[in-house]
Amino acid sequence: MFNYYLRLALSSIRRTPVLSALMVLALGLGIGAFMTTFTVYHLMSGDPIPHRSDMLYAVQLDNWDPNRPPTESARDVRAQLTWQDGNNLVLADTPATRQVHMYGTGAVVVPEGNDPPFDESVRATWHSFFPMFDVPFLYGGPWGQAEDEARAGVAVIGRELNDKLFNGENSVGRDLQLDDQHYRVVGVIDDWQPMPRFYHSDWGRAFEDTEQVFIPMNRAIDLQMGQRGNTNCWKMPDEDLPLFEGFLKSECVFTQFWAELETPQQVAAYKDYLDNYVRGQKAIGRFERPLATFISDVMEWMDVMRVVRDDNRVLLRLSFLFLLVCVLNTVGLLMAKFMGKGGEVALRRAMGASRRQVFQQNLIEVGLIGVLGGLAGAGLAWLGLRAVENMYRGYQHLVHLDAVMLLTAIATATVFAVLAGMYPVWRVSRLAPAGLLKTQ
Amino acid sequence: MLKMSQITKVYRTELVETHALQGLDLHVEEGEFVAITGPSGSGKTTFLNIAGLLESPTSGAYLLDGEDVSRLNDRARSRIRNEKVGFIFQSFNLIPDLNLADNVDVPLRYRGWSAARRRDIVGKMLDRVGLGARHNYLPSQLSGGQQQRVAIARALAGQPRFLLADEPTGNLDSEMAEAVMGLLETINEQGTTIVMVTHDPDLAHRAHRNIHILDGQASDVPDLAPGNVMQFSESLRV
Ligand SMILES: Nc1ncnc2c1ncn2[C@@H]1O[C@H](COP(=O)(O)OP(=O)(O)OP(=O)(O)O)[C@@H](O)[C@H]1O
Ligand SMILES: [Mg+2]
Repeated sequence: MFNYYLRLALSSIRRTPVLSALMVLALGLGIGAFMTTFTVYHLMSGDPIPHRSDMLYAVQLDNWDPNRPPTESARDVRAQLTWQDGNNLVLADTPATRQVHMYGTGAVVVPEGNDPPFDESVRATWHSFFPMFDVPFLYGGPWGQAEDEARAGVAVIGRELNDKLFNGENSVGRDLQLDDQHYRVVGVIDDWQPMPRFYHSDWGRAFEDTEQVFIPMNRAIDLQMGQRGNTNCWKMPDEDLPLFEGFLKSECVFTQFWAELETPQQVAAYKDYLDNYVRGQKAIGRFERPLATFISDVMEWMDVMRVVRDDNRVLLRLSFLFLLVCVLNTVGLLMAKFMGKGGEVALRRAMGASRRQVFQQNLIEVGLIGVLGGLAGAGLAWLGLRAVENMYRGYQHLVHLDAVMLLTAIATATVFAVLAGMYPVWRVSRLAPAGLLKTQ
Repeated sequence: MLKMSQITKVYRTELVETHALQGLDLHVEEGEFVAITGPSGSGKTTFLNIAGLLESPTSGAYLLDGEDVSRLNDRARSRIRNEKVGFIFQSFNLIPDLNLADNVDVPLRYRGWSAARRRDIVGKMLDRVGLGARHNYLPSQLSGGQQQRVAIARALAGQPRFLLADEPTGNLDSEMAEAVMGLLETINEQGTTIVMVTHDPDLAHRAHRNIHILDGQASDVPDLAPGNVMQFSESLRV
């Protein structure tokens, strides 16, 4: 019977192509808009590192201008540290299991042979970065404490860059030229793209690519590699010092700092440690504001950083309302379509179809419209997400229109179509079977 | 086979109550060919609807094959319609986007028979109404008379013992009407009970028995000559 109903549904859809197309379009638009905003929202609000997100803490120290309004929450404090504070902490014996201090920079990669040089973002960091953030390696591994201390010329590169420079071969031990400096490759990272990119999620950067080059921070500092990304200063660096040194010793914030804390005791001890550190700094004339330090685990940090912006939430709600409007529209169109079905229904009833059979037959037609609407919706969602990508820099990873998304769209559309169709289909199945004889 | 006693049917709308049938008594024997006549609005179609279990009477008893069918649920009624009753309508009512074979197949679909068995019956039925070579035609490609023959094939496909026809020749010219009537007579001779509403006194006369419905009540009409029936109906209309 299902095949029979399906065949009838197809021919019924063919019989009213305009009306059917309108319904598919209405559902498709609603589903497409909702899927687009939902995908964006889902990716933005997801946990980028689920198994470790509750032990990784972003560190904030309030070193700002004493004349600014008082600090009430983590959102009032700069998201980054000065180099000197980060460096003090990373070298200190703190209660944390691991700490990482880092900043984003860049360099020109000079390939061997005749290929043209190109620019790459570089993360200047500490060896602890890789185990802390559970970075997967394809070849080799991270450098160690010794290389950090020796300010060594070593590098970890990403798979993409490895494909480009070394044809995807194991490049451990090979030479990598950045600007005029040579580095020894010690590891190649496999595909790795935490979403959002929590470890450096400044405004607008939470959806950027992970870097393809990682080098020891000490090395980058020695080479005076400039920071890329937000830099905030509330007072000018000391002009008596050379430019880069003055910048390093200034109150300008541009580095990211994370601590790994596994137990509540460790968290409390670390927080005390930070407070004491700031007290110590106050004693030498820095940190003129009331003492304020914050540590936030990954999901708290995503909130502090407003990675999911309020307008995303509003958009999600609006698109859901839009979906409802589309579904209501579909109800109207279905009513119109089924209005013309009285004759056939009365006939089938006279031939022995029960109400239930009429209900099933028409529900399958509605379901089929739902499936088509879902396909249209998935297509529109794909276009929508492409548009989002083009509009906002750094959203490149938002979408992979995969089977899951396609199935979700179809399932959602079918469910909504069937919901929308319930009432019209019920109505149609209640049509008086006597209708045929009477209208003569 | 069919026995109705004191059947009433009241249609209630917001403004009016229409008493379409008012204590109708009627019975039809197995194998009979009964013609129903009566003026417009007298309740003929209402009677057919109740006889075919498309509607329930407001009151009264309706026995079909000895079983009281006036108070069954939708499923049981649908089943009886499917198995025992065939309908022929004035306006054929073929489904326009199904071909002839699929149209004839409709009642069989609700029977749950195998595809082979259904195909076999559909072929036989179309042969029987002389359209055996046109399985894949669409209804729009046929004349009115041919369409009505398809409708008859459809009504007969489920091998009902009871055929209800509401002015089956009403939309046909006299030649085609004659062909359809001839077909109905053959069917009746082969054992199917037929109740046919008609306005055509000549056709009515060819039935075994005429029943006249007036103001929702039935009366057997004595064997009248065709002309007299006409006069009779005319006089009743006043
Ligand atoms: N569904 C309905 N709702 C309200 N009134 C109805 C309904 N069906 C029939 N009637 C009324 O019941 C009466 C009998 O109608 P019916 O259709 O049985 O007449 P008929 O004898 O078949 O007439 P005709 O020869 O014109 O087909 C009429 O007055 C009609 O208006
Ligand atoms: Mg009538």
